[in-house]
Amino acid sequence: MNVPRVVLVDDHGLFRSGVRAELGRQVDVVGEAEDVQPAIDLIGSLLPDVVLLDVHLPGGGGQAVIQAVKADHPQVRFLALSASDSPEDVIAVIRAGARGYVTKTISTAELADAIHRVAAGDAVFSHRLAGFVLDAFAAAPTADDPKPTFDPELDQLTSREREVLRLIAQGYTYKEIARELYISVKTVESHVSSVLRKLQLSTRHQLTRWAAERRLT
Amino acid sequence: MQHWHRGPFWMRRRGGTGGPLRRNPDDRLLGGVASGVAAWRGFNPTAVRIVFVLIALATTGFGVAGYTAAWLLIPAAGADRSIASKARTDARGIALAFGLGTLLTLFLLVGGVFNDSWFASWAWPQVGTVAGLVLIWRNGSADERSAIRHYAEPLGAAVGETSRNRRSAIRLAIATVLILSGAVSLAKTHASLALLAPLGGVAAVVAGLVLFLGPWWLRIARDLGIERQARVRAEERADIAARIHDSVLQTLALIQRRADDPQKVVWLARMQERELRSWLFEGRGPNEADEDTTVAAGVRRIQQDVEARYGVPVEAVTVGDCALDENLSALLAAAREATVNAAKWSGASVISLFAEVEPEEVSVVVRDRGKGFDPESVPEDRKGLAESVHGRMTRRGGAATVTSAPGEGTKVSLRMPRAAGQPAGRT
Repeated sequence: MNVPRVVLVDDHGLFRSGVRAELGRQVDVVGEAEDVQPAIDLIGSLLPDVVLLDVHLPGGGGQAVIQAVKADHPQVRFLALSASDSPEDVIAVIRAGARGYVTKTISTAELADAIHRVAAGDAVFSHRLAGFVLDAFAAAPTADDPKPTFDPELDQLTSREREVLRLIAQGYTYKEIARELYISVKTVESHVSSVLRKLQLSTRHQLTRWAAERRLT
Repeated sequence: MQHWHRGPFWMRRRGGTGGPLRRNPDDRLLGGVASGVAAWRGFNPTAVRIVFVLIALATTGFGVAGYTAAWLLIPAAGADRSIASKARTDARGIALAFGLGTLLTLFLLVGGVFNDSWFASWAWPQVGTVAGLVLIWRNGSADERSAIRHYAEPLGAAVGETSRNRRSAIRLAIATVLILSGAVSLAKTHASLALLAPLGGVAAVVAGLVLFLGPWWLRIARDLGIERQARVRAEERADIAARIHDSVLQTLALIQRRADDPQKVVWLARMQERELRSWLFEGRGPNEADEDTTVAAGVRRIQQDVEARYGVPVEAVTVGDCALDENLSALLAAAREATVNAAKWSGASVISLFAEVEPEEVSVVVRDRGKGFDPESVPEDRKGLAESVHGRMTRRGGAATVTSAPGEGTKVSLRMPRAAGQPAGRT
């Protein structure tokens, strides 16, 4: 397996060195940045496979980095990291284009696994993010949702996708989900990628409203 | 502490403390002198207070100064030194007391020229009172300070308002004009112009004293303001320090002691993180329980309690939310039992707790990757799962499914239908 080249963007030096030490040889950490503009320049010159990006950066947040890099280098993939778990921030960074989101309390093995997954083009949902997404897409539009949805394909999750998300929220790994639902890991991955696409492209206005309402959870 | 006899309020209490005279800060209006005397001799404090007021009236104000002196000289109950003995080393406080005393003396001198009736005789002892209060303010306990502040604040507010006002210069000018014109008219209407002679003399003395001492008074006033700000800052810092000490430092100390037990360390760090987070971002103290009125709050409570009691991290995810009713409380009770079971028996390093509120039903899944067990071979005496989980759910129309196998972990799925007529409330 070829080792993904990774750039760390986080304003805490202690955290960066900790992650670098822990990840060891499982990934190739080629650079570090601690601020939005230096990060954009560094990523542009190094063109890593994966950027491990803190959601909360001084001077614009992780979102700003993704938006600036995406335009010129769409092949660079982002995995968002945060200590906050604030759904608003998480949804915002995913919608900006991150391929996944994990919390900073994640174990090293899981983090390395997540980086490999993102490098391979898959999506990574932490159990918390899966919960957020289920919540945001919850239930079919009802009477309290007067606006008709414009694209039913994008604005709703299939029941299979919902099932997969539920299992992720319950802490299942992709492999366990595949066994539980009698499908292949590839299929699980494609469901998750499809959810990610909907999350990024949906115009469903509940997404924003939901995130705003959940500001203080 | 003391036994009350029922009866008229001037009745004696049963005996006194018998010990030395001490002020009683627990039962006080000002300094606790009256209640101290009452406790010492075994009188009713209200009666002593009335006597004190009568004495103050009879001595035309000297009683008030005397009270202040007693406040200074009699140690509070439980303290070994009086405020006066502390104040002896407080050079700045003595300077301040002396400064205020001279200022007041000056006013009284001026006032005495116009009017030497009962007001002056009342006011003179208060020079001592003010000086004494300054010393108490600077050297007394925080408690005593707040007592003085309580009575002095309205006064201070009135003075502060005028001094802050931008037009205070205009007001001062008008006041001066009024006073001068008043003095002139007084001088005119007074039959004897001889009054002007001492008035002029007093004015000269006052002007001289103000020139001499004015800057000093100003500096004292400024120092007082600075000192008060510093005290507020120090109190704030002490508050935060106490909080950090009670939580973060204690946890760090525990972590150092448990450095050889990574699981414990992780758990301690998580606990602390959660607590600090809820204090910083949600303004909740560690011991302030949030009301368990919704499913999400109930799930959060289960998570916190199990993590605290069994030291196993619980990854909780709640989708949607709704208010709790009896059925849903039973669901949460069953979920708590299942989570506790997983924490106690599974040996898993993390438990996941997932709750989803749907329009028709609420479901909870408790899952671990621990030892697991054979559901067929659960001994009779381990009724926990069967009774508190299964029984609880079925009695209220819900359902519980337990899936487990040795080495495969355990999954407890609980479903409870929602009562009809409730809107699918989401928060």
